[in-house]
Amino acid sequence: MTSLLDLDLLWVTGKGGVGKTSIAAAIAEVAARSGRSTLVCEMDAKGALASALGVDELDFTPVEVAPNLHAMSMSTEDALREYLRLFVRIPFIGRIGPLAKTFDFVADAAPGVKEILSVGKLCFEVREKNYDLIVVDAESTGHIVSQIGAPKVIADLVQVGLVREQTQWMLDILNDVNRTGVAVVTTPEEMPVTESSELLRRLTSETGAHPAVVIANRVLPVLFDRREQAVVDQLDAALPTLIDAVGPGASVVLEAARFTDARRRTGAQHLGRMRSELDAADPPLNIPIITVPELFARNGGRRVVSLIADGLADELDIEISSGQRANGE
Amino acid sequence: MSELDNLLASREMILVAGSGGVGKTTIAAAMGIAAAQRQKGKILVLTVDPAKRLATALGLDEVGNSPVRIEPAIFKAAGVTVRGELWVAMLDTKAGWDELIRQHAPDAEVREAVLANPLYQNITSRFVHSHDYLAMEQLHDLHATGDFDLVIVDTPPSRNALSILDAPSRMIDFFGSRLLRWLTVPYRSRLFTVASKPFYQIADRVLGSRFLQDIADFFVLFQAMEKGFVKRARAVEALLGDAQTAFVVVTTLETAPSHEAKFLAQALLNRGMTLGAMVVNRVLPARLAGNDAIASANALLAAGPELVDAVAEQLDDVSPKTVAAVLAQLAERFDDVALVASRETERRGELATFATTMLDAPWLTGDIHDIAGLGELAEHLRVDSVNG
Repeated sequence: MTSLLDLDLLWVTGKGGVGKTSIAAAIAEVAARSGRSTLVCEMDAKGALASALGVDELDFTPVEVAPNLHAMSMSTEDALREYLRLFVRIPFIGRIGPLAKTFDFVADAAPGVKEILSVGKLCFEVREKNYDLIVVDAESTGHIVSQIGAPKVIADLVQVGLVREQTQWMLDILNDVNRTGVAVVTTPEEMPVTESSELLRRLTSETGAHPAVVIANRVLPVLFDRREQAVVDQLDAALPTLIDAVGPGASVVLEAARFTDARRRTGAQHLGRMRSELDAADPPLNIPIITVPELFARNGGRRVVSLIADGLADELDIEISSGQRANGE
Repeated sequence: MSELDNLLASREMILVAGSGGVGKTTIAAAMGIAAAQRQKGKILVLTVDPAKRLATALGLDEVGNSPVRIEPAIFKAAGVTVRGELWVAMLDTKAGWDELIRQHAPDAEVREAVLANPLYQNITSRFVHSHDYLAMEQLHDLHATGDFDLVIVDTPPSRNALSILDAPSRMIDFFGSRLLRWLTVPYRSRLFTVASKPFYQIADRVLGSRFLQDIADFFVLFQAMEKGFVKRARAVEALLGDAQTAFVVVTTLETAPSHEAKFLAQALLNRGMTLGAMVVNRVLPARLAGNDAIASANALLAAGPELVDAVAEQLDDVSPKTVAAVLAQLAERFDDVALVASRETERRGELATFATTMLDAPWLTGDIHDIAGLGELAEHLRVDSVNG
């Protein structure tokens, strides 16, 4: 299988709240720090990517936010303008304004039209080889199939016209396992794991795109090895001694560790279940599940993204330059 | 009487909202059980796509749009005493649309044409946030029958929880929109409308006239149903703002869900809708961030070998070295948990400014997947918490 960063286009999806945007930003950072010219694109214009990258805002025109790292935010209207300019050759951009608005109405109701404009823009960047890798902070697991699958839907529904002709080269890019991959981000919890596992099993048949990796985010650390665990298990017997020595809070300190460990174990069970579901899929999904540790950070933002990037680079066994502090300060 | 029981007794309808993954379905089910424990009469929990094991626990294996009752024997076996009847139904959006078309189609011809239209399935699943609208429709239906004394709705997970509130008015807007009018003007006259001519030419080149015609055909059929749809959407809208209706916002104390919860609470306020309670799910025990614990963790970090030896002596078959490692790890790692707990306490305080009633559900090891577990959760929700 092609290494993750050797793809041309990587979709990053996940259930809402699992840290999809931070992971997408971190993957892009790893790619950039490994020397690849990288574009990261936010699809829902919510502004989460801008704060993950520590910039004020992003728009349709990519900006270089760090060496090799370019970022943009998708806009259907801008994508339409660009499309009309490039392919329909309408010279006066100003005249498209009201048209784009009307078009927006149609696109709202017609299946796949809005999606294909944004997917088309990304595929166009791939085709023009403007970057080594494009990382997409894509729709959540609930909507990703309509997003990536848009060219397929259009190809099925539209019989003639320019768009129809253009779905083919998009599908060639999207369906090529060596060029396009989907990374599914999950947390080690029941619902996100269940949704991710279901998505992975139907992704290829419904969109043609191939799963590349599962990224388990916020995985709790193993606190004790087996010998230490034996001590923890019988520590209640020495609790009075501990309380005498360090105060009444000793029992809460012990409770906190047990609590974290119980949480970790439940999480590990969910990830184990995911592994067996992927292996049991037909055909089996041999994609890796890589983990990003819980960082216990107070805030998100650029610093956290760089920490995640460091961890991801280790997991992916990729050599990267030192973090942005070394570059920036 | 607890605040939870007050809320459940004073309303006919409760809409449980919040961002995805916060445990809405579980909370809605627990509220259903709480209501059945204290009230006579019929209570319905309308849920969407519940986790499979929860579905099984509720007897929701093959349930469609029609409500089914949870057998008294199931409660008995779980040791939960109920006075009322608990019914459950699952929202099936595709079946829901077919049913709507059947209801609103003026005649059999339109009905069959719509159901057979190749774009029908594709379009209904995409436009005007149809899932949200369908949830509201079903709610209206069930309310209108008067079969249930209380209906608790687990709203569909939506990226922006607001879309559910605006679903009915969006449906009304859609039928009055220029788009629909434009699409349904006959092909030839559309071609000669000066305003739409350049648009038409480009759209034709880009999308292909056949596709536009397919869309137009579908919406012409759809427009025949306007009267029924608009009337109903208005009724649904009125129901949401009714004094008998209250919203319950569910959240965890993580960043994204609590942000969404605040946003949603504010939106309810702006729309004049009632926020009956905010449920904070998976709350860490407050003592984890307490001063006692922090002091002990610090003392443990500074403790010398005497403590290690004293502890090791009281345990079976352990080396002082391992004990030292364990105590150091306990003390060092405590910061992580304390940080999370204190951050959560802060967030809970912020959320409490939006709701007069805050209900806490503790973090439990493992997910809930039986009636007994839901009953326990209901008990937790009954414990009135102190605000602030």
